[in-house]
This record gives sequence, C-alpha cells and structure tokens, in this order.
Amino acid sequence: MKLVHKDIEKDNAGQVTLIPEEAEDMWHTYNLLQVGDSLRASTIRKVQTESSTGSVGSSRVRTTLTLCVETIDFDSQACQLRVKGTNIQENQYVKMGAYHTIELELNRKFTLAKKVWDSVVLDRIEQACDPAQKADVAAVVMQEGLANLVLVTPAMTLLRAKVEVTIPRKRKGSCTQHDKALERFYEAVMQGILRHFSFDVVKCILVASPGFVKDQFISYLFKEAVRQDCKILLENRSKFMVVHSSSGHKYSLKEVLCDPAVTARLSDTKAAGEVKAFEDFYKMLQQEPDRAFYGLAHVERASEALAVDILLISDKLFRHQDIATRSRYVRLVDNVKENGGNVRIFSSLHVSGDQLNQLSGVAAILRFPIADVSEAEEDSSSDED
Amino acid sequence: GVSAETPSKSLAMNEDSAAPTPTRPTGKSKQQLNIRAELEKRQGGKPLLNLVVIGHVDAGKSTLMGHLLYLLGNVNKRTMHKYEQESKKAGKASFAYAWVLDETGEERDRGVTMDVGMTKFETDSKVITLMDAPGHKDFIPNMITGAAQADVAVLVVDASRGEFEAGFEAGGQTREHGLLVRSLGVTQLAVAVNKMDQVNWYQERFRDIVSKLGHFLKQAGFKDSDVFYIPTSGLSGENLTTRSKVADLTAWYTGPCLLEQIDAFKPPQRSVEKPFRLCVSDVFKDQGSGFCVTGKIEAGFIQTGDKVLAMPPNETCTVKGITLHDEALDWAAAGDHVSLTVTGMDIIKINVGCIFCDPKEAIRACTRFRARILLFNIEVPITQGFPVLLHYQTVSEPATIRKLVSVLHKSSGEVLKKKPKCLSKGQNAVVEIQTQRPVALELYKDYKELGRFMLRYVGSTIAAGVVTEVKGSTYPPFPTKHIVILYSSAFFDIAS
Repeated sequence: MKLVHKDIEKDNAGQVTLIPEEAEDMWHTYNLLQVGDSLRASTIRKVQTESSTGSVGSSRVRTTLTLCVETIDFDSQACQLRVKGTNIQENQYVKMGAYHTIELELNRKFTLAKKVWDSVVLDRIEQACDPAQKADVAAVVMQEGLANLVLVTPAMTLLRAKVEVTIPRKRKGSCTQHDKALERFYEAVMQGILRHFSFDVVKCILVASPGFVKDQFISYLFKEAVRQDCKILLENRSKFMVVHSSSGHKYSLKEVLCDPAVTARLSDTKAAGEVKAFEDFYKMLQQEPDRAFYGLAHVERASEALAVDILLISDKLFRHQDIATRSRYVRLVDNVKENGGNVRIFSSLHVSGDQLNQLSGVAAILRFPIADVSEAEEDSSSDED
Repeated sequence: GVSAETPSKSLAMNEDSAAPTPTRPTGKSKQQLNIRAELEKRQGGKPLLNLVVIGHVDAGKSTLMGHLLYLLGNVNKRTMHKYEQESKKAGKASFAYAWVLDETGEERDRGVTMDVGMTKFETDSKVITLMDAPGHKDFIPNMITGAAQADVAVLVVDASRGEFEAGFEAGGQTREHGLLVRSLGVTQLAVAVNKMDQVNWYQERFRDIVSKLGHFLKQAGFKDSDVFYIPTSGLSGENLTTRSKVADLTAWYTGPCLLEQIDAFKPPQRSVEKPFRLCVSDVFKDQGSGFCVTGKIEAGFIQTGDKVLAMPPNETCTVKGITLHDEALDWAAAGDHVSLTVTGMDIIKINVGCIFCDPKEAIRACTRFRARILLFNIEVPITQGFPVLLHYQTVSEPATIRKLVSVLHKSSGEVLKKKPKCLSKGQNAVVEIQTQRPVALELYKDYKELGRFMLRYVGSTIAAGVVTEVKGSTYPPFPTKHIVILYSSAFFDIAS
C-alpha cells in the first residue's frame, strides 16, 4: 500500500490518503475501516439521464464520492472490499444522503477520515505501507484423496482450492482401481496448482503430506510436465519443496510452517512468526499455568497488575463495530505497550489466528504468575446453545 | 412406507410362524433365533473372528502372516515362487512372504504396508478375517480403521537386540498400537515375539520382553488372563502353524504355536438382534450397474433385496448382492466383513465413513456431540477451540473441542471441576466436540461397538472417548420407532 498523504494527530480527528497495490492491501483496509468513518474514492454510479425529448435512459458515470460508512463487506476469496454508505458531499450525480456502494479498486487512491485515530489503526497503516520484502508462499497440504491448496501471504492464508476424491482401497488381487483413482487425484491437484498459483508472485511451493503421497505426487507432476511440455512447471521446478505433515487438512499448515527446513528457506513469513508465538503460549500454559491467561476479563486483570509480557490478540476484535468494546481492546493494547510489554496482533485469516479466535481472541504470557482466582460461574466467554 | 416393509421381511425368514407378525420385537426375535441358526449352519459350526495384526514398523507383521497363510495352504505354490523371484530381483528377497499381503506397487517398492491388507483363513474351530495393519506412524489413520473392525488382535514385536526397545520407547508404535487397539474395544491379545531366531531363541530375552510388555499392557487395560505370548520367527516359519521342533526353543517353551493360540480366542457376542449397521470402509465401481461398498456389519443382519439408508447423506438404496470373502451370499450378519452391491443411489454421495443402516431404525447424524474422554500422554494442554482429528469407525474428520465441560475423577467418575481452563495428560473429562461436516454416530450406551472414537493431533493420538450425548443439528429420519411400537401393541392384543 502506498501512503500519499497523511494528516493525523494521535487520538484526534484526521485523514489519510492511500493507494492499495495488491490483494493484501484490501485486507488491511478492511481492518482500518469503521462504521461512521468517511471514505472518499472514485467509483461508478448508474445515473438516470433524461434527454430533451423526455425519454429516460441510464448511463454509467465515473465520479468521486465521499461516503459516511455504514456497512463493510470483505470477500476473502476474491479479496474485494465493498463499502456501503450515505453520500455526505455535494456531487453532480448523487444527492446528499443517497446510498451508494463503493467497491475499492486496486491502484486507485482513496481518502479515509476518522474522528479518532488510535494506536492500533496507526500501526496497521505503518504495516501496510512497509515496503519490506513480502514473501508469498504457496502450499499443497495433502493426503490420499484430499488436498488443500493454500496461498500464504503475510496477513492472510487463503484457501484457493480443495480437491476431495474417494480412492478405493487395495483389495485382494485387484489394485488397479486404487492406482487409477490415485492418478486422477494427482491430475486434479496438478490442474489446481496450474490454475490458482501465479508463479511470478509465489516464492516457494510447499508440498506436504504424511507418508509417501508427496513424493509420489512430485514425481507424477514432473513426469507429466515433461510429457505435456509444460514450460511453466519445468522452469519453476526449484521452487517446489517437499515437507512432512501429519495430515492433509488445512490446520496441518501450522506444522509445515514450523518445520526448520521451511523457515530456513523463507526469510520472513509473518505467519510462521505468529505460529511460534502461539506455540510459546501453549508451552507456558502447560509448564506454568499461572503465567498464561486467556479471555478478556482475565487478561485485563493481568494487565492492571502490570504483569503482561506478551499480549496475543486477534485482529477480529478490532473489527468490532461497537465502539465501546473496541476502545476497551485498544486500551488494553496501549496499557501493555506502556508497561514495556510486546503486542502481537494475529491475523484472523491465518491458521494460528483462527485458533486464537476460538480461544476468545485474546491471550497473554505474563512476567510473573498470578493466582488464578477464576470462578467458573462468571466466565465471560459465550455460552450459546 | 413403514409397515409395508416389515411384514414381508419377517415372513421371508419366518415361514413357519402362524399369525402374520409385522411387529418388530416378536418378529425380530423369531428371526434372531433363525439367523443365529443360519449363521451356525453356514460356518459349519465355526464362528467368525475378525483379527487385526499390529505392531511397530518392521516388526515383521506382513512376513509373519504371509508365511502363516502359505503354510496353511492359502497361497498357491506357483504364486509364492513368483513372489520369491520378483522380490529377489527387486533386491527385497526377505520380503517375499510380505508380498502375499502387500499388493500395491508402492508397498512393494518401499517394503512398507501402507493400507490394511485383508484376507481370510480357517483354523480348526474358527474362520478368521485377517487384517494386516501398517505399522508406520504416518499410516495410523489406516490402522485405526482396521482395528476398529477387529474382535481380537495379534501384536507383533521384534525380539532382536535394540529393535524391541526402539519400538517400545516413546517414538515407537508398539505402545500407541496397544493403546489404540484397547481403546477400540479389543480385549484379547496374542503377542508374537518375532525374529526369535535372531537371538537364538534365548529364554532370558523372551522373559524380559514379556515382563516389560506385560506391565504396559496391564496399565493399558488388558487383563493378564487375556494376553498370551508366543515366540515366533516369521521368516523361517518356526512356531507358526505347528509347534516348533527347534531344540533351543523346546528346551524351555512348551506353549502353543501362533495358530493354536488364534484358534483358542473366545469369539465375541454378536448383536444380530440390534438394528442393522454397517460402516463403509471402501467404495468402488464394479462390473454391472450400481456400485460396491465394503465394510463390517456391526449389528443386525442384511439380505439381498433389502432397502438400506446411508447416513449422513440421508439417501436410500437397495442391496442387489452380498459378497463375503469372494463368495456370493443371500444374507450376512453382525461380524461379517462384506461387500455389498447397491443400486438406486449415486456413487458420488457415498464416501468412506458413511454408515448404512436400517431405514426404520436409523442412526443419527450430527455436527456436535458430548463425550467422555480419557487423555493420553499429551505434550500440549488442551484448551477450548483446540483443533483435532476425530477418528470414528472408518471416519476421520477435522473437529474442534468446542467446550471443556468438566474434569472427572478417574475411577469414581464424579465431577472434580466444572469449566476447566485446560486439560492435561491423564485426565478424565467431559467435552463437547464439533465437527466440520455431519458425522453419523451412536451413543456408547446403545451400541458399545459404535460409541467409541479417538482424537488425534499432529500425528499422535491424544485421547480416546465414548459418545454420551448428541447435540446441535441432527437430522434423524421420521421417528418410525414410535409408530411400530403402537402397531405392535395393537397386534399383541388381537393375537392374545
């Protein structure tokens, strides 16, 4: 994301102008927007025109609108952001107060104005505009009959395709059905790779599986590549890397990213860093349970006692539209930072962020143990049934 | 319709009943007697036993059983000769016997069993369905499917110096397999202490292994009286089908050979009278219309022409043919491992893990259920939202532990703590599990065999459990049970 103009004072009103450059920037923008903000961007509006003869026609016009944001929609598969709101600035095509949905486009600037800019949002802008190298990793996590094709960027893990095929087992005297089905499965996975992974962006392609499936698949892949003379695969052969995983399900991606061979190859993967922080939390929970807390109430108490060393918090909490709750989380983050603690914001689209969400979204590793006087009765976690 | 089916079914089995009895209870009990008689007749007095062979990788399971089958005459001499030639050519001469059960090219190339190899043989008093399970850690999911269908097990350990230790220590599979097979309900175990020829049939070595294993198996829940230890050599064939004459062994060992021990297993009680349940372990297209599913009948019985319901897809189909060990049959009952040819359904809808059941007393499918679990030696503590892999019968489905309900006392079962923060190793707990897709399952109290499951995480088994309550979205078919009972009571009055 490119920063064009910034006019902000911390905890005061202000505005910022940005240009999203890639899909991930849409995700960052999604995390910046709040209901009640004002967004100014170029968009297309269908306008009713009435000609002099009285006949009505409609045409599509490109204009710049400023909206007061009411609803925000993010499509993670297509990485598209749609913002609906009411018009708050005079415009020759759109009345004041009229509704419009802006679909933010890549490489077109937009201006975002807020009443209050807190630290979390400012951090995200920094993060989004950081021109440091971004590693894009593609991974195929598979087992016999199941494959998940995943794209891992610093802030998102996107499931690009899922291949699921029933493969008949070997039976006494007849293995041909098994072998044929296996070949069909590999073919489908190969097609998935060719279709969903763009080789110029992706730095590395991991193929992970339990057992020998990955080796079988790689040999099939390159045998076919040679046979069909598929240049793109042959040129990018060095990008493929074989790793062990315990299953073909999506969450096995965590293990793959932790594998030392993988981390050595990839310089910066934010995803792997998040996974490591999460594993550390679990280790602490096992060894010294009084130094590992999760759940908002518990962590807040720990923070008041100035005990938080590392705070793990999911970005889902900051997309909370209720301002009071959101500011509560922001206060927590600020508190921890003021007291010399580290804050790690997890992306909900990553596997570890997903798991953190299940665990209430906020967890902390403390500097010293605090007696767990938790009463099960006043547990704040939701109890839907 | 409900009532239309029952009369014809009970009449088909029940030619000599006086009054037409569409009532499930009485009709079924008459059938139950008949079906048991039929079962006895068919097997010539030999009950069926499902045996799984487990153990650490390279303990020699496939070679042991392959050689046993050959000695029993189940493998053609010419075929055996072919295996010997080919394996020698491939540089794997010692694997010749294993090739009887490892049939895929991949397995032979790598010298590893990857999926359960199934075959059958007969002993003096039993008919055995043999399942040779893979020992490698990565293939445990396949091994679980095989073990879930077994009644008894043979645990193979390698007696060679250092090998037994490697399999028995933390990273080896001897322990995990033993635990798994016990958690899946197997109570009788024969331990084949294999490769004894490598240690010259040394008694001390045998005794040492027996004492170490015995201690562990007892902790795992096996009764000492139900575990038997047999010294064997799979490669040379000693002590497999006949008592060995090797002097080094007969000097101190007077017990039975492996085959005799397998013959001595007590066959389990089959619930033929319960509603029909079959867990699908394989789906494939055969010649002719329709397609085939393979699986073990866990309860009840089935005849050609019967309509069955598949859950969770909630689709019905008709059974066109039944095959047991390559023999076509008209009916099959609980305990049989059969192939059913079915018509009237799209093959796409069925996958491994579906359960075929009686449409009138169907199994429930749900995405959320409550269970009592026992945690094994886990490294990471379990918290709310923990992702696991649920292994239930032939199903393996990703799931999360939605809620930690309570921690229970290990022996008394009373609640020690409600809503715990996390669970650690060795604890007994009640949890709520949520699966991504619906799973068909039964409560443990209704069907012992169908109420157990395992939880795995990152390649190791972390817990075993039993289903106590089904919650969340279930889509049970129309509760026909109530109608049938009403129907039956009406008929009872008339009959009496």
